[in-house]
Amino acid sequence: MAAATAVQTQLAAQQGTASKVISGVTKVTLTINGKEQAVSVEPRTTLLDVLRYQLDLTGAKPVSMDSSSGASTVLVDDQPMSASSLLAVACVGKKIRTVESLGGDKPDAVPAAFVAHDAQQCGFCTPGFVVAVRAFLDKHPRATEEEIRKGLNGNICRCGTYANIIQAAIAVVKGGK
Amino acid sequence: MADIQYSWPDRDSSKVIGGRQIRLDGMAKSTGAAKYAYDINLKNMLVARALGSPHAHCTIKSIDSAQAEKVPGVVHVHVLDHAKPGREIRWQGELLVIVAAETEAAAMEGVSKLRVEYEPLEVFVDEFNLEAAKKAGRTSKDGGKVQLEKEPGDDEDEATFADKELERLFKQSAHVVEGFYGIDAITHCCLEPHGATVYWDNDQLIAYLSTQNVSGTDEGFANDLKIPADKIEVRCQYVGGGFGSKFAPDYWGTAAARIAKATGRPVKLMLSRDQEFKLGGNRPSAYLKVRLGADKDGVVTVWDSDHWSSPGADGPGVPQGVIPYVFAPKNYRRAVTKVTTNNGPARAWRAPNHPQGCAITQTAYDDMAARMGISSYDLFLKNLGTDDSPGVAGAKPSVYAAEMEIAARLIDWKAKWHPHGKGARRGDIVDGLGMSLHTWGGGGHESTCTVKIHPDGGVESFCGTQDIGSGTRTVCAMVLAETFGLGVDAIRINYGSSRFPVSGPSGGSTTVGGVSESHRRAGQEALAKICEMVAEKLGVPAAELIADDGRIKARGDAKKSVAWKEACAMLGMKPLEVTATFRPSRNKSPLSDTKVGGVQMAHVEVDTRTGLIRMRKFVAVQDMGLIINRRLAESQIYGAVIMGIAYSLFEQRISDPASGAFLNADMSKYNLCRLGDIGEIVVEMYEPESERSRGVIGLGEPPVIGPGAAISNAVCNALGFRVPVLPLTPQRVLEAIKNNAGRA
Amino acid sequence: MKAFEYAAPSTEAEAIELMTERAGTVEILAGGTDLVGLMKQMLVNPDRVVNLMEIRSLREIEPTPSGGVSIGAAVSLEQILDSHYLDPYASLKQAINNISSMQLRCQGTLGGELCQRPQCWFFRGGHGLLGDDGRAVAQGDNRYHAVFANAGPAKFVNNSRLAPALIVRDARLRIVGPSPDAEQWVDLADFYRIPRHGEQRENVLRAGQFVSHIELPDPGSFQCATYEVRQGAGPEYPLTAAAARLNVQSGVVRDAKIVLGHVAPTPWRSEDAEHELIGKPLTAETIEAAGLAAIRLATPLSRNEYKVTLAQVSVERAVRMAAGLPPGGF
Repeated sequence: MAAATAVQTQLAAQQGTASKVISGVTKVTLTINGKEQAVSVEPRTTLLDVLRYQLDLTGAKPVSMDSSSGASTVLVDDQPMSASSLLAVACVGKKIRTVESLGGDKPDAVPAAFVAHDAQQCGFCTPGFVVAVRAFLDKHPRATEEEIRKGLNGNICRCGTYANIIQAAIAVVKGGK
Repeated sequence: MADIQYSWPDRDSSKVIGGRQIRLDGMAKSTGAAKYAYDINLKNMLVARALGSPHAHCTIKSIDSAQAEKVPGVVHVHVLDHAKPGREIRWQGELLVIVAAETEAAAMEGVSKLRVEYEPLEVFVDEFNLEAAKKAGRTSKDGGKVQLEKEPGDDEDEATFADKELERLFKQSAHVVEGFYGIDAITHCCLEPHGATVYWDNDQLIAYLSTQNVSGTDEGFANDLKIPADKIEVRCQYVGGGFGSKFAPDYWGTAAARIAKATGRPVKLMLSRDQEFKLGGNRPSAYLKVRLGADKDGVVTVWDSDHWSSPGADGPGVPQGVIPYVFAPKNYRRAVTKVTTNNGPARAWRAPNHPQGCAITQTAYDDMAARMGISSYDLFLKNLGTDDSPGVAGAKPSVYAAEMEIAARLIDWKAKWHPHGKGARRGDIVDGLGMSLHTWGGGGHESTCTVKIHPDGGVESFCGTQDIGSGTRTVCAMVLAETFGLGVDAIRINYGSSRFPVSGPSGGSTTVGGVSESHRRAGQEALAKICEMVAEKLGVPAAELIADDGRIKARGDAKKSVAWKEACAMLGMKPLEVTATFRPSRNKSPLSDTKVGGVQMAHVEVDTRTGLIRMRKFVAVQDMGLIINRRLAESQIYGAVIMGIAYSLFEQRISDPASGAFLNADMSKYNLCRLGDIGEIVVEMYEPESERSRGVIGLGEPPVIGPGAAISNAVCNALGFRVPVLPLTPQRVLEAIKNNAGRA
Repeated sequence: MKAFEYAAPSTEAEAIELMTERAGTVEILAGGTDLVGLMKQMLVNPDRVVNLMEIRSLREIEPTPSGGVSIGAAVSLEQILDSHYLDPYASLKQAINNISSMQLRCQGTLGGELCQRPQCWFFRGGHGLLGDDGRAVAQGDNRYHAVFANAGPAKFVNNSRLAPALIVRDARLRIVGPSPDAEQWVDLADFYRIPRHGEQRENVLRAGQFVSHIELPDPGSFQCATYEVRQGAGPEYPLTAAAARLNVQSGVVRDAKIVLGHVAPTPWRSEDAEHELIGKPLTAETIEAAGLAAIRLATPLSRNEYKVTLAQVSVERAVRMAAGLPPGGF
């Protein structure tokens, strides 16, 4: 007997059976920003829809149909991914972090640097970019400017804030955070 | 009370104005706390999605929504009036039917179940091909202008005279260039699509609209819904990009209101990404054939052009007024043809018509320099003329000349420029330099602001403006902080509601000029009233009092002062409220002005075997009168340059010649600039006292105008020949190399 | 998206069972960067989606007894970059790095990358895989379409950015299903096919089958490189690409393998280019001849002749890079 996957385990606990196939509206629990969140999803519900419509976490934005804009970037088990192309059911049992977890009373160094270097204009792409920079610098804490220019091309900004984003990322590296 | 002399503090005594205050809502934007129209979630809200026409040109035969209505979760189906059977649809993506449902997924499934019968009609989208457009009956004359130094005789036919006179002038010219230049249509591609989240509170409509025009869109809803405008509140704290495309509620905005009314529930209707591309606005294309003649010094004395432009299915094309751009030769004939296609209608795009005018004409001037074998810098300089006898229609020649000198130093023009096509090769790579000039009005729009000063010292303002990314909130707070001698954090700025005093739409670089006017005026008037009260207490004439460092002080006598809070306490129980309005007029305001000039230079590398182009460096020198916030001003220029790089190298709307479909209406296929594409960008403000003393002038548009010509000219300098049409894709560069075989 | 059933099995056998137990269409989810977008646009409308990401054996990178490396189909591209086992296959890492979105590399998997659907804008615009049996492509804007093997209705290009690099390395695929214990090995070079009609897919997988592993043989003493003509720094697909494998001894090419990407409905091996290289000294002239030979069979469509030039340059530059020379351009 194969080991049950996270979503199966959750459903088994609810229904008393180890259902292999999920269809229709199902209640699942997602771990988001350190909190367990009970949500109702269909298999087709994306993580982005859950975040935005059920949890009012609207930092991740819907921009592209094809994962190419990076606007919906979140961290899934510390890996940057597009919430718009993740099925919510596939995220059960994973640690999800959204841009909101980088804010609050003591904001993370990346959004702080974005503010200090004015790395935002209309701001719609900014949350996705902030998460992407956080993930990139977590992996490359001593990134050079050249590496930053090569490494942060998964996000699109229409207002053209790239020049300031480069400066913000450099500042985070210099600050050692 | 004496009339108030509106003024700005001079450079040295400014505490806040001209500084680098960080954006006040930056943290909200950077951490996802900022709520856009798309982000507004209301209790019991329906999410709506729309079916767009798959055909670029068709008639609607029938619409059957029965299956859509059966989809679980679908609550309401709304057929738009313009989609009723028998109606003609003239561009792909035009919305036909809207489905509102409990979830977005259900709405989309509902849309997929709509059954629409279409009668396809003949399609034309090949705007580049003028002959084909003529054959398809899609062209129309769209104005034009002839101006010649010599006048025709009394009995001479004007057109015949112009023909003859132009021929004579060309014969007289020492150098003549004939050329073809063009720039494709691009879209606004706002990252937040157009749309709204709306609800009804009894007979009141509240619309969270993604808009650049908070004060003007309530009327739009009112007109369409046939209800009084005072029953409508439009709200918008943040807007995810507009660039000139979000001035109205649009029919989908009012449709959302209708669906909300019909269902008794809040409704969110945002365009899908492909709909945003197809309907959300685009910038007209422009293609130009020209002959120009210059004297032996390279001063262009005669210009004869014929250009065509397409705004898609509707709207104005690029007019003759921007041909040639900035430069104003003494003799010219400029004819314009409009091409109507089955593409979505154009909308104002950041600096309407200027980027196209610049890109298709300053390239011709550059080709004149190449023809003469001289540096473009020298040719541009010669064509500026003098302040007394300008060769340009824009900023003063002396401003351009000074900016050119600065730009040339920053890009190291003298050392790096080489004659066209004669640079050193590094492998298959050649490099080149190019430049351009631009101009823009940027005078402030009408704006009314109410400043409220509370007895506890609190200051807030109310103004029906919005922030499209330029930093309106920060600018307003800085103006009031400077006026009251307070810190920026002590000011509360209220905007983003049509219930607030009316302010203009954020278009044409008019916002910072407009709101700084209204806030400064209201602020100065409020301060005068505070000073009148303090004057009595201190025994100092009110005119001798100034607000500085949190106190109201006697000028020159630091001992005579009261703290701001103490001064405000004299108001008693009632706050002080002052409203002031700025209306642009022919008389120059002491606080603001209009018309700026800028110079841009590009340094590029071209891979001659693949046609790939890389930005090495871009220099933007910009005049903008008095700078309120240097940091935000720089951000505007960086952003404009980056947008310019995008439309110069990457961006184009690709329409299928056979079907009229917008083929690249998705983010991965509509190529935009990425972070790694921008090279080094250097921004330099040109703010000598002569310009600063003019007051505030808007900045959003000017720096986006020049990159097309500057980059095209740089590529031409690298290759030695022109790649005539923007964007300069590898395909086009390779075709140009082939057409100029052996020259690369 | 149409509603569908979802399952996330934890073993291969379970996955096969879930794929075969009921009638209706099944799609494999292995990351979702392509599939979820296709489902949102209702271009792909499965009745059931089987997610392979929970199958542990598919998420591992392991050395093989014969000195090669086995990569599970559900291994993310970023994991490959981070794996020391794959250091000897630098050109594969180079190709992955060309996918310049960290998000796509972290979410996207090797199996997903190899099985991605074509980017052809007629397919993505709802005209079917072949674009109205090829008519939409032939009559319309085909600037990004095939310049080789495009005589039939299929004129799209295979958009895998890793297949050329893996094919020159003689990668093999392990395919499992449709019966619970069925397993077969297929050369990646033989995995793709050119569909003749709209019901066929772009590879040899049959219903109930999926790719479980990709195996690379011993790295040997080859010199390999991948070159892509990328218009910008973003993750957008290249215009053309080529991968080259050389075995050079005493300055003479003993063996060569050249595979182009984004030029044909499948990855496109150029034996013509290989013949020009094998047995020749590795000089500028040889490399140029290989580039020219590579495009001998090119049959551009109405609007994509420039891609022939780019294919030629891609081959030259891939060979130059494999030989340790600078590419010469960007």
